[in-house]
Amino acid sequence: MGMALKNSSKSRPIGVIGVGSFGTAIANMLAEKNEVMVYARKQEVVDEINSQHSASGKLLNPKIRATFSPEELCDSCGVLFLMIPSAAFLEVARTFAPFLHPYHLVIHGTKGLAVQLAEGEQWDTVKKLRRNQIMTMSEVIIQETLAVRVGCLAGPNISKELSNGQPAATVIASKYNEVIQEGQRLLRSEKFQVYGNFDIIGVELSGVLKNIIAIAAGALAGLGLGENAKGLLISRGMVEMAHLSKALGGTVSSVMGLAGIGDLVTTCNSPDSRNFTVGYRLAKGETLDQILETMEEVAEGVNTVRIVDAFLKTAGIRAPITENLHRVLFEDLSIEEALQFLMKYPFSVDVDFV
Amino acid sequence: MEENYIKHQYAPILPKKDEWPVVKLARERKEFVKKVAGLSEERILDLIGKNPEILKEELETTLYREKLRIKQNPWDVDPDDEGPFWGEVKNSLLQIHSEVSLSNAKKLEAYKAVLSKITSRYSEEIASNFKATHYKFTRRVVTYGFSRLLNAARVKGFGSLFSNQFSLQDKIQITGQTDQIRELATKGTIVMVPTHFSNLDSVLIGWIISVLGMPPFIYGAGLNLFNISIFAYFMNALGAYKVDRRKKNLMYLETLKTYSKEAIQFGCHSLFFPGGTRSRSGIIESRLKLGLLSTAIEAQRANFQQGISDVSGKIFIVPVTINYHFVLEAPSLIQDYLSQTGQERYYKENDEFSNSYKISKFLFKFFTKGSDISVSIGHAMDVMGNYVDEEGNSRDKWGREVNTEEYFISNGKVTVDAQREEEYTQMLGKRIVEEFHKINRVFSSHLVAFVAFELIQAKNDKMDLFDLIRLPQEDLVVAYEEFKTACQRVLDQIFELKAQGKIDAAPHLYRSMDEIITHGLENVGMYHAKRPLIKNKDGNLETEDMSLLYFYHNRLHGYGIEKLF
Repeated sequence: MGMALKNSSKSRPIGVIGVGSFGTAIANMLAEKNEVMVYARKQEVVDEINSQHSASGKLLNPKIRATFSPEELCDSCGVLFLMIPSAAFLEVARTFAPFLHPYHLVIHGTKGLAVQLAEGEQWDTVKKLRRNQIMTMSEVIIQETLAVRVGCLAGPNISKELSNGQPAATVIASKYNEVIQEGQRLLRSEKFQVYGNFDIIGVELSGVLKNIIAIAAGALAGLGLGENAKGLLISRGMVEMAHLSKALGGTVSSVMGLAGIGDLVTTCNSPDSRNFTVGYRLAKGETLDQILETMEEVAEGVNTVRIVDAFLKTAGIRAPITENLHRVLFEDLSIEEALQFLMKYPFSVDVDFV
Repeated sequence: MEENYIKHQYAPILPKKDEWPVVKLARERKEFVKKVAGLSEERILDLIGKNPEILKEELETTLYREKLRIKQNPWDVDPDDEGPFWGEVKNSLLQIHSEVSLSNAKKLEAYKAVLSKITSRYSEEIASNFKATHYKFTRRVVTYGFSRLLNAARVKGFGSLFSNQFSLQDKIQITGQTDQIRELATKGTIVMVPTHFSNLDSVLIGWIISVLGMPPFIYGAGLNLFNISIFAYFMNALGAYKVDRRKKNLMYLETLKTYSKEAIQFGCHSLFFPGGTRSRSGIIESRLKLGLLSTAIEAQRANFQQGISDVSGKIFIVPVTINYHFVLEAPSLIQDYLSQTGQERYYKENDEFSNSYKISKFLFKFFTKGSDISVSIGHAMDVMGNYVDEEGNSRDKWGREVNTEEYFISNGKVTVDAQREEEYTQMLGKRIVEEFHKINRVFSSHLVAFVAFELIQAKNDKMDLFDLIRLPQEDLVVAYEEFKTACQRVLDQIFELKAQGKIDAAPHLYRSMDEIITHGLENVGMYHAKRPLIKNKDGNLETEDMSLLYFYHNRLHGYGIEKLF
């Protein structure tokens, strides 16, 4: 039986995998009430955390210990927070798989999708994707590891604001009440409210799909358009998110929540967001390649646009904002043309999904 | 014969019948029934939070529904004292109600007493009446009788009645993981979950279990089957407990679940048809009734709670598919299906499989003419849907050992979490459906029905199912050559799926296409008055009953093969 029966989790540290800006912020919040152990891949980052209590310059609570051993982290912790970019998600899941047990509770904070290609298919040439080829991050965890009690963390959570202790809230979504309650117990504080939602797929999708709209919002800002246009985009964006989420297996009501609208409004108003920046620079005349070259961390939205566009081809639904962004990003449509196209698109009904 | 199916002689795994869990359970029947009644009572009280008002409401609802059932839908098997019993319940409730001065605690006590009576009655009613002597007798009768019939029909000449050239195993082929299930049955507790297309399934599975040398399984058989005396005898002999689908009240359902859970924990191998009732549409069950399935998960967790963490406390889920060319009840099943989908209406449980004469007639036809049946035993899984090896250890996709207990652990110990187990039940249900599709064995008859229906549908692509069924006979003709080409395309796809382990195919599908088609046409729904598919005098294909064609076609639903049309 091993560690599970010997140690009670009351005394066990909470594990955090990934020390990017969001991971660090969450680790610090967790450390207010609990012992925390973080995982970093590089020895020097681990040393930096253990000796100087900082990760690449970001301050960490001195109580936080670091390890570069997945095994040690999994053996020591019963609850794990996976806070890594989606590009690395599959690889990290596979690295941890041998050490993850069915008793682990795993909560991730990654807003992206993974793709499972048929044999002989190449990602660069794929034009169509069916739902069963697209995986949300919780689906990746369940497929790659023995963990089943999986949850996700989503909502308007700008790391900088969290680190400054400004009030905010998040959603913990899981099919398991146990996971929601544990997440709430660990994270809830006077400044941080934690809502629960059983529709994990819908909440994950909300966080993912809003990145598409965030790129569009950046583009509008880059074109120098005003608040009316932004209001229009957010509202139409929400409608598009609702339809897409439904087609991918989420519920509309999750889109209406903190992880959907809540996050959408925040992201569309934060010029610091990477997705917003992509749109902004596109509108200023740069190409996607030029933009990606100079960005340190990935803008998840770019990948999401591709995946969702390929999904649309098999789902038989239309999503004008996504389709036009795809043409701007990967074909030769200019931002102005896309905007014109959208203004002429026959949206006949204001709200058609409730 | 290319059907390289080998008849095995399986030695009994537990030769002494005193060791059979089901015999032990029968010996302790009285105490067991009492225990189930008590535990059910506790469960119900937990569910309603020990609130006397809610308990009162539940009791009144149950009383009302039971009175309605007795009046509107009485069956032969119903005991005579039902009226008086529920009359007494009514009086007790009225009396408690009239005593206004009772404290809440006193009220709860009084209602509990009524509840206790009801769960005791239900528990007694559900419990099986297994008798080992009846079992042995039945088994001999079935095997002897059937093989006499079989040989009379197939072996020519004088003395055929006493020939042993053919046994039931020629008629009913058992394929798949037979050794594994035998092995695991000696180590832990088996829960067998077969697909359900015909009332014959219950008897058939009982026979299969005995051929495999395993002690009898207990299973929930629909009470309607006990209406028919010949079935009632079989059922009791095979260890069936009774499931009354008319009773949908909380108290009955909880007692039923408790009975199932306790019997599994007792070590009785169990069997339930997870689809609930027979598949009306002929489609392999895709949405399972999770009520009884959840009891397997509960029993597994309870064993872990009691510290039985070794293989003796382990529960193995074994999916089974039963593959027929012909389902006796198909015409009425598909009518039910069509009227249910076409228009919502009250559905009353009753059966065309209604008297011993019809059944005997069918059995006689079945054994004297063609139409083989095959039963595929699937790979055993733990209650979380992980495959298990010969030792009973769970393995993940990569072959690593999995400790099933860990799924039930929170904060270092096994905990009870009803919501979690509900999710686990759903997951297990999905896994079972997946396995059904993998071990489903395609017959020639399924192939021809599928192709003919799809071709007719493709020609009338503006029509829905109900329009298709109303098409005049002359529009229901398919040219032979076109049909043959389409059959080949579908068969290729089936073999491709088979190579990926997603479906299974009967050996007769390796013959030439003309032979397969002939075989399929001979067998598809062969005893129906109106045949689903025949060759007409021009050599083309036509159907005499479109809805039956649809029924047999549905066996290949759920594989995405429709896309070929």
